[in-house]
Formats: sequence, structure tokens, C-alpha cells
Amino acid sequence: MAVLDRKLRRDLWHLRGMVVAISLVLLGGIATFVMSRVTYDSLSVTQQRYYADQRFAEVFADLVRAPEAVAERLGALPGVNQVETRVVAGVNLEIEGFDDPVTGRIVSLPEHGEPRLNVPWLRLGRLPVPHSDAEVTVSEDFAAAHGLRPGARLVAVIKGRRKQLEVTGITLSPEYMYAIPPGAMFPDHLRYGVLWMNRRALATALDMDGAFNDASFSLQRGAAPREVMDAIDVVLARFGGGGAYAREDQFSHRFITEELRQLGTLATVFPTIFLGVAAFLLNVVITRLIALEREQIGTLKAFGYGTSAIAWHYLKLVLTIVAIGLVAGIGLGLWFARGMAGIYQGFYSFPYLELHLDPIVFAQSIAVTLVAALAGTAIAVRRAAALPPAVAMRPEPPPAYRATFLERAGLRRRLAEPSRMIVRHVARQPLRSALTVAGIAAAVSVLMITNFQRDAIGWMVGVQYVLASREDMTVMFNDPTPRRALYSLASLEGVGHVEGFRAVPARLVHGHRSYRMSVEGVQNGAELQRVLDADLEPVPIPAQGVVLTEYLAREILGIEPGEILRIEVLEGRRAVLEVPVAGVTRQYLGVNAYMDREALNRLMREGPAITGARLAVDPAHSVGIYRELRRMPRVAGTVVRENSIRQFNELMEETILFFSLITALLGAFVAFGVVYNSARIALSERGRELASLRVLGFTRGEVGYILLGEIGLLTLLALPLGFAFGRALCAYLAASFASDLYRVPLVLQPDTYSLAASVVLVSFAASAVLIWRRIGRLDLVEVLKTRE
Amino acid sequence: MDSNVVFRARALTKVYKMGEVEVVALRGVDLDLYEGEFVVLLGPSGSGKSTLLNILGGLDSATSGEVHYAGHDLARASERELTEFRRDHVGFVFQFYNLIPSLTARENVAAVTEIARAPMTPEAALELVGMGERLDHFPAQLSGGEQQRVAIARAIAKNPAVLLCDEPTGALDSATGIVVLEAISRANRSLGTTTVVITHNVVIAGMADRVIRMADGRISGSERNAERKEARELAW
Repeated sequence: MAVLDRKLRRDLWHLRGMVVAISLVLLGGIATFVMSRVTYDSLSVTQQRYYADQRFAEVFADLVRAPEAVAERLGALPGVNQVETRVVAGVNLEIEGFDDPVTGRIVSLPEHGEPRLNVPWLRLGRLPVPHSDAEVTVSEDFAAAHGLRPGARLVAVIKGRRKQLEVTGITLSPEYMYAIPPGAMFPDHLRYGVLWMNRRALATALDMDGAFNDASFSLQRGAAPREVMDAIDVVLARFGGGGAYAREDQFSHRFITEELRQLGTLATVFPTIFLGVAAFLLNVVITRLIALEREQIGTLKAFGYGTSAIAWHYLKLVLTIVAIGLVAGIGLGLWFARGMAGIYQGFYSFPYLELHLDPIVFAQSIAVTLVAALAGTAIAVRRAAALPPAVAMRPEPPPAYRATFLERAGLRRRLAEPSRMIVRHVARQPLRSALTVAGIAAAVSVLMITNFQRDAIGWMVGVQYVLASREDMTVMFNDPTPRRALYSLASLEGVGHVEGFRAVPARLVHGHRSYRMSVEGVQNGAELQRVLDADLEPVPIPAQGVVLTEYLAREILGIEPGEILRIEVLEGRRAVLEVPVAGVTRQYLGVNAYMDREALNRLMREGPAITGARLAVDPAHSVGIYRELRRMPRVAGTVVRENSIRQFNELMEETILFFSLITALLGAFVAFGVVYNSARIALSERGRELASLRVLGFTRGEVGYILLGEIGLLTLLALPLGFAFGRALCAYLAASFASDLYRVPLVLQPDTYSLAASVVLVSFAASAVLIWRRIGRLDLVEVLKTRE
Repeated sequence: MDSNVVFRARALTKVYKMGEVEVVALRGVDLDLYEGEFVVLLGPSGSGKSTLLNILGGLDSATSGEVHYAGHDLARASERELTEFRRDHVGFVFQFYNLIPSLTARENVAAVTEIARAPMTPEAALELVGMGERLDHFPAQLSGGEQQRVAIARAIAKNPAVLLCDEPTGALDSATGIVVLEAISRANRSLGTTTVVITHNVVIAGMADRVIRMADGRISGSERNAERKEARELAW
């Protein structure tokens, strides 16, 4: 079959423009698949190894204070494998030359040897030596943000006492891969850090000698986490236990798990679109090629080539195009994966990254691509191969045209001949015209995803910080504090407005569903912390009852306004409250339960206590205010809004930019692939017709109009459809990304639409230029002499 | 069956359905073709010549009737058997040459010799039709007559038992046509290939052993030439 293979090679070369265009679309599908899967696998494998190596705990519990002897009881609980008790505290930090308030979390390390669980991973330097009381290691992101190296010094304010500390090493931990300060929504590496310190020194500073306030557990194989946690809660209840929670609810772990789940969604959505379009393009091109080679097929059959030999010949053509797409797509996908995984590694503080290449991914790429390609071409190839030779050698009957509905409806007089040709040609092959429109619309929709993330995040941040949380800074107290503390805050120079709030850690229960969080008592008539309704209008918090974030009420607890919610308080006398749900609120970041502060105080049977305050301040005085706050022993930490948002936006920008570039590039591939192929096929099918028109005196421009006008018309039709399709796709992604951590709003700015439209129109222009040059090369005489 | 008979057709009919219209192309044709003979099939357009040729060559099947080729029953042959029959025994020459444009002259012939049982080399076949000098030219680089000679080389390269030519000179001027007919005639004489040439050009009938006339789907006459003319003696 060597000679036919030579024909194949020359056919491929002859069709190279279309081969490249289809390969690019295939490449898009394969590259996104490989990228998402390899990134997913690599991060999962790295995560698992990291968790295992650092002995990341499976159950966590915090409490007020328990004597060390309790650890033995915890360790003896059925199902518990290892227990690690620790002393953990929130602290204020002072860094030389950095005025913003910096908060942190100090975690104790055993005086001797490694912790049994949650072992920090040492990047640089060393751990504190035994009995040192001023040595710490700091988390890598924080160290990097401030340029801290072993030997650097910083000050921690622990329970109001300033303590000079020396950095001995840079560490990471699976517990803090996504570390955000309490009360904040985003990581802020400049203003929040995690520190590890010898237990005795830390305990002394916190009055925790011989006691602990944090416990983590590993479980025995086969143990039921729920039962173990219940047992832990029983033991720790006397010691102010805040309720044990499993690794699934550990904040950092949850965030990474969500992100990985989203990668999994992307690994399905994009390849489906790309491969669908590629299958259609292959169908059009192969169908056309076979039509052109009808006589050749007849001749080959006349000389004794069998049906299967002919089918195999055209299949090899398809397979070659698929192979080009596969090789390039896998290569590009791996390259993307490396970049993508690197970005995730930075965003989620992985200490290292194992690039994991599972052969299954390649096998799946090949299988899925083959299925798509063969589905697109099987019918055309089969029909060609089965063509009886005598029929194949007769030219195809002339295509049947009809006056279209539009013309019959009266447009005939308004359309000039060339426009009539365009309309009739589009209408003659309604399915192909529709699929062309769908293909271009797919490109538009992929391009819309490019900007969707940015639009959505912009909107989420805007709603959260412009409409809902409008304070300039938030101050957190160590313990519930009398309301009069607000007066000392209000008296600081530059503070304009102060609102206190009471946060109560609790488990919210409705039927068999429950969720662990803080119930927030908001001051009556609050201006800085507002609750929004479905139209994002601020609504007052009713004097009775609790207001829940929509997602918390409907998706997590399955509760509606009017029903009774059980609130199991996880502090103090551990009251169990029955409170009606008064309403739901729209919120994109996190989930919350709000009550009127005074009502919450009453239910807690306490005076007008608060646990924190929101402040509106004059920016000119902020440095002075930070300094004053640092001196107040009750203040556990301060979060400054403006800087956090900026920091977060910068972080997201880097992460999203890479992804946006990829989707923009691949969206352009699809647009170009569909438009160029459609125009090229139209030129091939109608070359004789157009050459005849040229002979009759039509100009190149008029002939170009007939050809490009058709594809232009389809492109214009595709834009609104693509917008609708893109919107639906974004809605699907938004719905599948929703979790208690955040809900992605379906927000698409005009820029997003115009970017998508522009890329498609530029693809059209590029195709038009290529086709225009071909129209110039139409051989008028030759075309009329030979029969097709 | 006469031992010299290569093809035997009896009561062949062929009806095409074109949409709602039925077109009868053959109306009960009886025909015997003998080994090594050169037959010219004459007739106006639409007389059924090409249909008859296509059925004899296994390109098409009859609506009813019988066709036998050296013991093969073509009327009842399956698609696969017809393919084998064409591959092993038949060479075709078409009016419009039907060369594969992306293959050179040599490759066009090789496409057939590759799948044949006992072919000559592509070079030998091309030499036989006087195209030995233009082996590596693509169809687009050859004149119509040259393309047709490549097509003849392709048809005879497998040493077929029958050579079926449908208007081989239809697209050529007379000088070129004669060169092509010489090539066909040489193949018939030197290889002993039973040859059927369809034409509506009466002059060509002069070079046949036997002339069969067709009209309206029937054989309207058959005559044997007392003397077979050389192609170069023809003129039109």
C-alpha cells in the first residue's frame, strides 16, 4: 500500500492549512485535558505524600485549657492512634520597618524531638534548640514577604507582653498551606504569619505551664471519625472544648480540596467543547475531500481496491491529523501543567511538587480524541468506501437550490444577486450552517470563560467590601469584653466610627445536618457591617431570630425562614439555643449567621459583651492607631481591609493571568479553526462557480463577497448564540464551584463580551486574508476546461 | 461453453431508478466475447454501451440476466468477489483518464501493480505505451494523450485477461487519439488481452476484429472485419 501512502502524504500537504487548523482545535482539547489532569494528579500526589511525611492529623480540637494529664485519657479513647497536645495562640507581631498591624499564630513544638503529628517541614535553617526561649521558625510565605532569613529578629506581643524573638529557620506545614488571619477572607502573607516555638517558652508566656489548648489526633485504621470526635468532645467539654472536627473541615485542607475539585471540572468541560468542535471540522473536511476524490475512489475500486482498503486510506488521513493534535496537545498540556502546578504550588504553599505523569492520562487522551475523530468521520468514510465504483465515477448531481423562506417572504427584491447566492447557499445545507455557527459560538463561549473568573472575583470582592463589610479595620479581642471597651477605641485620634460585635463559636444544627462556625451578634443599626438581601440592598437585622447566608440555610442546613434552628454554643456554659430563622442574606465569600448583638447577649445570659470591633478611620492617622492598638493587652489582632484587598488582587492576578492566557489562546484556535476551514471548504466547493462568475465579469471583490459574506454572516449569527452559550457555560462553572467557602456569582462585564467577539472577528479577518489570496489565484481557464 | 469464450452474457437488463423515473439502459443483451479478440462497441450516446461495459467489468451489477466470466458468475457475485475479479482480471481505461493527481505516472501504475498477482513492472508498462521517458511526471505535467497512455499502462500493467476502454479517445484530438489507439492495439497483440473499446467514432471500428453496434439498450448488429487495420491507418 506504499503508493497510496504516498498519495496520503501529498493529500495532507495539499490540505495543510486545514490540517493545521483542525490540529489546533484538537490540540486545545488535548492540552486542556492533559494540563488539568496532570496538574490535578501532581497536586494530589504531592499533597498525599506531604500529608503522610509530615503526619498531618486527621482530627483537630481546640479548647480553653486542660492539664497535660488529660492527654493520656484522649490517647486511650477507642479509635485514637496518636495524640499531640500543643499550646497555640494568636499574637501581634512587630516587624522592623513595617507599620501595618501584623498578626500571627504561634504553635508550640515539643521541647525534645519531633512532634508526633503535624511535623513542620524545614525549608531553611534549623528548628529552635531545646530550652531556648526566644527562638522561632516562621512560615515560608511570611518570611518571603518580609525577606526574613535565619538570624532575623522580630517582636511578638503575647498577652500584652512584648517578646524579642530570633528566627532560626523557615518552615511549612500541611496545616497552613492556605493560611488566612482570623476574621479575614484572603491570605495576606505580609500581615499574617505562622510561627513555631518551643513549648515551654510559649506556655510560660501564655500561663499554660503543664497544660494545653490544642490537640490533634491520628486515627486507627477503620475507626469511625464521628464516634471518635464525639468521645473527644465528651472528654474536653469540661476544659472549654470548642468541638472536635475532622480533616475534611480543616480550613486549609478544605480550600485545596475545593480547588482540586474545580480542576477536575475543567478537565471535563474544556476538552468536551474542543473535541466536539474538532469532530465537526474533521467531518466537514473529510466529507469534502471525499467528494473531491469521488472519481479517484471509483478508479481505485475499478482496479480492484476493496472497500476496506479505501476506508483505511481515508482513516489514515484522519488518524494522521489526530496524531499531530495528540503529540502537540500532550506536549503543550504538559508544559501548561508545569506552569499551572507551579502557580498552585506557590498559591498553596506546597514545599515541593512531584510532577506526576500517569500513563492513564495519556491513554485517556488518545482514546477520547480517537472516539471524537472517528465519530466525526465514520459516516463520511463509510459512505465513500461503500460507493459502487460505477456510481463513484459519475460526477455528483448538481446541488439542488431553492428560493429560501426569507426570499419568498418578500426579501427577494431587496437582495442583490450575490446576497441571494449567500442566503441560498447557507439555507441549502442547514445542518452544516448550523454546526458552523455552533462551532464559532463554542469559541466565543471559551473566550468568555477567559474573563469570567476575573469579573466574578472582582464582583465578589466588591460586594463583600463595598456593600457589606465597610470597615477600615477590624479589632479582635482575646476574650469577651465589656462594651465600654468601644469608648477607648473611639477616643483614639483618627477613629471616626466604632461598632462592636459579639462572635460566639457554635455548632448550628437542623435535623441531621450541622455546621460549625461563629454566630455574629451585630450592633443594632450597624453601618460598617451590613447584611444584604437578594438584590444586594442592605436590610436591618431583626431584633429576634437569626439571619443566615443563603447558601448556609438552603444548601448546608436545609432550613427556611420561619423554621427553628438549634445553636449549640461551644464556649462558656455551652448553652443550647433554639432560635427562629428570620431571613437569609446574599453573600459570596464564606457563610455567616447574624443576630442582633443585644439579643445574642441576652440568649448567652451575659451583659453587653463584645469580642471585637469594626472601625472607620482617617487614613492619615492609621499608623498612630496601629501603634496604640498594639499597646492594648486585650487586642488579639487587627485586620486592615484596604491592604488585604490589594494584596489579594495581586495574588489572584498572577494566578488567573496564566489561566486566562491559555483559554484566550485556545479560544482563538477554535475560532480560527472553524472560520478558516469553513471558508476554505466553501472555496473548494464553489471554486468553479466563482471562477465562472469571474469569467462573466464579476470583480475579485464581488466574488470575495459571495464567499466571505457567507462565512461572515455565519460568524455574526454565532456571536449572540456564543454569548448565550458562554453565559450558560459560566453559570454551569459557577454552580459547580459553589461551596461554603465561596459562591461564584454569574457576573459578566461588557468587556468580557467584547473581548470574545473581538478575538472571533480577528480570526475571521485572518481567515479572510488567507482566502482572499486564494481567490486571486483562481485559474479561470483551467477551471472551465476540466470537469470536476 | 465454447472454450474460447471469455465473457458470456444472456438476457442482460439494467434499469436505473432516477428519483421517480425508471430508465432502462439495457434490454435483454446476449453477448459472447472470445479470448484475445479486439471488439469495438459502437453506438450513440445513451445506447447502453457504458452500462454493458461496466457490468462486464464488475463495476456495476445487472438488474436481471446472467454474466459469466471464465466460470465466475458475475451476476451473483458479492461485493468482495467483484472486487477480487476486477483486481485479478480486468483493466480499465476511461475517457477522462482518471489518474490520481497526487501520484506520478510511475506511482499511478504502481498503485495497481502493488495489489496485482503477477504484474509487469510499472516501468515496463509505461515503456510499452511509449511513456518510458516521463516516469516521474505528475498528471498535471502531462498532456491529455500522455495522461491517457499512462492510464493504459496502468490498465495493462497487471497483465489483465480483459482490457475495457470507455471512449479512450473521446477527450483527445485525432493525432493524439491515434497514438493512444496504437498503445491499446499493441497491448492487445503482444499480450493477447481480450480488448473492448467503446466509441461513437465509426472510424475506430476499422481496427477491430469484430464490431458490435448498440442502439436503445439492445445489440442491433455484429460484424467481423475481414481485415484489421493498423491504428495509424485511421484518420478522422
